[in-house]
Amino acid sequence: MRFLPLLGRLAALALTACTLAGAAHAEEPLKAGFIYIGPTGDHGWTYAHDQGRKAMEAKFAGKVKTTFVENVPETADAERVIRDLASKGHKVIFATSFGYMNAMDKVARQFPKTVFMHATGYKSGKNLGIYDVRTYEGAYMLGVVAGKMSKSGKLGVVGSIAIPEVVRNINAFTLGARSVNPKATTRVIWVNSWFDPGKEREAALALISQGADVLMQNTDSPAVVQTAQEKGVFAFGWDSDMSKFGGKAQLAASVLNWEVIYSQEVDKVLKGTWKTTDLWYGVKEGAVTIDNFGPAVPADVKKLAEERRDALKAGKLHPFTGPLKDNAGKEMVAAGQTMADADLRKMNAYVEGVEGSIPK
Amino acid sequence: MQLIEPRANPSRTMRWLAPPLAILLTLLVAAGIFALLGKPPLQAFYVFFIEPLETSNGWSELLLKASPLILIAQGLALGFRARIYNIGAEGQLLLGAICASGVAIYTDGMEGAWILPAMVLAGAVGGGLWGAIPAWLRTRFQAQETLTTLMLAYVATYLLSWLVSGPWRDPSGTNFPQSILFAEPAMFTPLFEGLRINASVYIAAALVPVFWLFVAKSFMAYQLAVGGEAPAAARYAGFSANRTVWVSLVISGAAAGIAGAAEAAGPVGQLTLSLSPGYGYAAIIVAWVGRLHPLGIVLAGLLMALIYLGGEAAQVSMQLPAAISWLFQGMLLFFLLGADAFVDFRLRQRKEVTA
Repeated sequence: MRFLPLLGRLAALALTACTLAGAAHAEEPLKAGFIYIGPTGDHGWTYAHDQGRKAMEAKFAGKVKTTFVENVPETADAERVIRDLASKGHKVIFATSFGYMNAMDKVARQFPKTVFMHATGYKSGKNLGIYDVRTYEGAYMLGVVAGKMSKSGKLGVVGSIAIPEVVRNINAFTLGARSVNPKATTRVIWVNSWFDPGKEREAALALISQGADVLMQNTDSPAVVQTAQEKGVFAFGWDSDMSKFGGKAQLAASVLNWEVIYSQEVDKVLKGTWKTTDLWYGVKEGAVTIDNFGPAVPADVKKLAEERRDALKAGKLHPFTGPLKDNAGKEMVAAGQTMADADLRKMNAYVEGVEGSIPK
Repeated sequence: MQLIEPRANPSRTMRWLAPPLAILLTLLVAAGIFALLGKPPLQAFYVFFIEPLETSNGWSELLLKASPLILIAQGLALGFRARIYNIGAEGQLLLGAICASGVAIYTDGMEGAWILPAMVLAGAVGGGLWGAIPAWLRTRFQAQETLTTLMLAYVATYLLSWLVSGPWRDPSGTNFPQSILFAEPAMFTPLFEGLRINASVYIAAALVPVFWLFVAKSFMAYQLAVGGEAPAAARYAGFSANRTVWVSLVISGAAAGIAGAAEAAGPVGQLTLSLSPGYGYAAIIVAWVGRLHPLGIVLAGLLMALIYLGGEAAQVSMQLPAAISWLFQGMLLFFLLGADAFVDFRLRQRKEVTA
């Protein structure tokens, strides 16, 4: 007899679904799909995307309905999930990790009327756009704070996967630090994963034991901040505020605001004016900023970081301004020049001040 | 006082009934969890287990996902029966993918129907060799294969990482760690327009009866089984313990290697850092849930693949968290091992003896 109420509820649900579908015919909301590499609760990269998704949905309340799939590995599975979303009527699909690129490219060709937006990749097409945030600007600002706060001058970065984006962030962090402390050096440990709190913690511990007293991470979990708090060193929130995982350890956070891009592009899709894009938004467009300063940061350091932020915003500052040498002594940018976006995108060498070499 | 004691004659029927029982218990607990999450359980089950199979694309995806699991689990089961615990099939899979990709990369621009078979062969050899290393360590130094196979899986990951960020990196890929996209002769072509299922499933399908015949008929498999069940008897009968180790590790490695080759030359189409979603580890569960039996493994592999697909469908259609899939897998294994324990052991109430 226990099944009866259950069946009743199911019937009621089916009924609601029917009425909902009926009502929807009047003004059907645009379905937007999101594919995430990690869990929405990673408090880093995916969390920031999910905040952007929610803010965008709230902005277009009633006009847009979003769906997300989390923890999608960058394997053959990604293509299935993307195709699934497209075939279930999602008219715009955002895929938020580099490894989805070829899958997005394949599915985009099969669904020419659907808009595909891929974050951090380099392949585009008529209905496949690219978008990214200049995370290196955030890394640069954090570097300025790190350079001021480090006593040993030894900084540590927990790296994820050695793609140009991450190399660029490590470089920008180092350049920021050396702009206030020319003797600062950075050591990097790669964990070969975007989200692996256990490995991130191990890497942080190794960096601390090697004398690093300020850490940054280009991974997606707050494990590094947690470890720093435990060991009494400093760290930063990456992509999102992570102060609740280490209130004393977090000096500041580089916070991403994907909503800027999501709202802008969804608006275009709604109006039918969307055209393929290659967006790379930074501090200027409000897509990245430094925020959530910790109690350990003195007022003058905070002020300095905010001045740099304002300079980035005004376009007066570019982290990769020459003269710039790589850590083998080769010239990367000539004096008075800034690095072009095309070169930034394929960055494959550490700047002077970063120890070691990029894993091959 | 309660006592756990081994049963003198564990029931064969119950051993076969344990998996369905475990599935039933998993479903019951899952129903409770769905209800707690505020989702109607029947609808959730529908989305999880029926919805993925409503389209031809769904079936194609199911077979595509199940075949590497089945292939790897067949090989693993062979060793598990002999109590040779290869838990590093993930590494053997990666080596298979690496060797197959090597063929694809160095033959890029060439034509020829031999390229794809050469890739599969290279995959089998690569996986087999990666399985042979722990076999050698075990027979030569008595190094536990559970440890060495797992450690070699990490070595394989780093080897892959080195290759795709170094010598095999796509020169026009703006320094991203991945190989070129394979050319047509180095790819399994899809069997049907618009679906991803490809001829590599035939390899898995053809190998199932081979494994079955091997297990049921061959003297070698008999030796393996005796070596696992009664090592002393095997020694007395003159069966070589070393050969058992070699055969089970090399065959399971080769099977995993073929699966890796099929993944690279199939739905992925290139060598990337994240080539396998952990098939080598998931196949361990598949082997156990399938009772180490070639046919049982087929069913278990299909079920496992369905759980992955269902987990995605549950996210898209019902906004259930991704962790639901892992919960299903975990519960299934937990209840199965629990049921197994009761097949082999029983609880007995024993009266306290008062002094």
